[in-house]
Amino acid sequence: MSLAIAQPRGNGAGLLTSTTQIARRVLLRFIRSPQLVVVGTMQGAMFLLIFRYVFGGAISTGGIDYVDFVVPGFITTGVLFNAMYSSVGTAEDLQSGLVARLRSLPIPRSAVLLGRALADTAIQMWGLLFTIGLGFLVGFRLHGSVESALAAFGLVVLFGFVFEWLFILVGMIAGSVQAVQGFALVIFPLTFVSSAYVPVLSMPTWLQGFAENQPMTVMVNAVRTLTEGGHAEALLGHPAAYFVARSLIWSIGLIAVFAPLAVWKYRRG
Amino acid sequence: MTGTPPTIEATGVVKVFGKTRALNGLSLTVAPGQVLALLGPNGAGKTTFVNLVATLTRPDAGTLRVHGRDVARHPAEVRSLIGLAGQSAAVEPKLTGRENVEMIARLFGRSHDEARSGAGRLLDRLALGDAADRKVETYSGGMRRRLDLGASLVGQPRLLLLDEPTTGLDPRSRLELWDVIRSLVADGTDVLLTTQYLDEADHLASHVAIIDHGRVVAAGTPRELKRRAGRSMVEVHVREAAELDRVATLLTAIGDGNPNVDEPTRTVRVGVRADTDRIFAALRPLDEAGIAIDEVAVRQPTLDEVFLALTGTAQENVA
Repeated sequence: MSLAIAQPRGNGAGLLTSTTQIARRVLLRFIRSPQLVVVGTMQGAMFLLIFRYVFGGAISTGGIDYVDFVVPGFITTGVLFNAMYSSVGTAEDLQSGLVARLRSLPIPRSAVLLGRALADTAIQMWGLLFTIGLGFLVGFRLHGSVESALAAFGLVVLFGFVFEWLFILVGMIAGSVQAVQGFALVIFPLTFVSSAYVPVLSMPTWLQGFAENQPMTVMVNAVRTLTEGGHAEALLGHPAAYFVARSLIWSIGLIAVFAPLAVWKYRRG
Repeated sequence: MTGTPPTIEATGVVKVFGKTRALNGLSLTVAPGQVLALLGPNGAGKTTFVNLVATLTRPDAGTLRVHGRDVARHPAEVRSLIGLAGQSAAVEPKLTGRENVEMIARLFGRSHDEARSGAGRLLDRLALGDAADRKVETYSGGMRRRLDLGASLVGQPRLLLLDEPTTGLDPRSRLELWDVIRSLVADGTDVLLTTQYLDEADHLASHVAIIDHGRVVAAGTPRELKRRAGRSMVEVHVREAAELDRVATLLTAIGDGNPNVDEPTRTVRVGVRADTDRIFAALRPLDEAGIAIDEVAVRQPTLDEVFLALTGTAQENVA
């Protein structure tokens, strides 16, 4: 009796099947690791509550309630914190030898990364929905149309997918879970030196240049103006369309740089 | 077609990592039907070579062909011919054994039903049928390695690459894995395996290439190499220290060189060039002389001893 599953040798699965199988494995791994789900969710919730009730009172946002100001910031920066798990997952797969096994299979090499990016984006949506729910619970309210709010949700999912590629690349360069934690420090300037938690104008002038022009601020402001309408537009000095267009340009630019780099790094090993 | 191309044909293969020449002009040929063991210490270049054959990295110089396909120019074709089981068990601990095998089968383009029925048969054959629906994180080290080996077989590879398949396993798991590998070989799968253990190469391989510093320093059948590497070691552990000298005298008859007496452990050691039959014959006088013996051990030369013997021989030939 032969050990093989099927006698005639095919040439391996196509892009769609490969991507689906890889994504399925990433999702099952997440669902079956309850501590990951709970810790990740709790951490996000705790930060939101601290900013809402501890720092919030001391931060002046001029014109709109702090809770309405900060929840869009939290939702948007959350994708960065959650995308970091992709670096960890990628590094774990490298260390365990699973990447070597997958690279030795006759499947499209981009499928392994695309599968992870899609699955991790879906995992991010769990954190996203939780944060939105908690936001409403602590007083966050929409001041724009439902269509705009849905557009904002779509944008955040897109941003999550965009940052996946950066963090998959980081995971592959780092090569180990410990090293990932070093690389992950890049998250802090991107999230805190942005308009996510405080108005950029409250920062020293020399920081404002970076804070105003880095992608996180543009993305946060796009989500903020879409959900908060005219008040936020007045506060931030531009209409929603201005921020949305710029955030889309940033998204395209980031994917155009990091997705090919990640695939190149994966091919090269 | 003029004849069958070799399973593996490596000519002057060089692979450099930074300042390290992991492979430094390695050449070897594996003919169809052979099981080749690459034997060498850590850092000799064994894993680097396996990774090149598996198309995970490309050679910096030289040529490497698998069934006539160049690994650098036609990696996709090579990938459909090989199965890889690396040093660590590359299986997903959060999935069950069945889910792991099914995933690999689906990646090999099998339909859902084919993957399902095939995975069941494969797991049964690997004696993992009872554990098929348990998460792999509950498996023992030996079970994980068997599952990993199973995953590498899913695509019915013509060439199976096993990188230190039994490193870190307990003796029983090691024997079980050897049995599985031997049954594969009997089914006609060509195997390239790496190992640090001479006895593993001896048990599994039809041919052995000893590599050091990225080159083949000796190659041949296990029998040839052992003959060239020489001496097995016979160790006799006597009950009474007073008998040590008599035993040493009797063992001189089979020894290659003078026996070594170790009083504190009441052990006499002697290197022998003889085969097992002659060793038993030579031990009989000990029995006839009525010497109380606690233990007799015949062990193969260690990798260190083989290295010393083979590289020493090479140097003498040059000189």
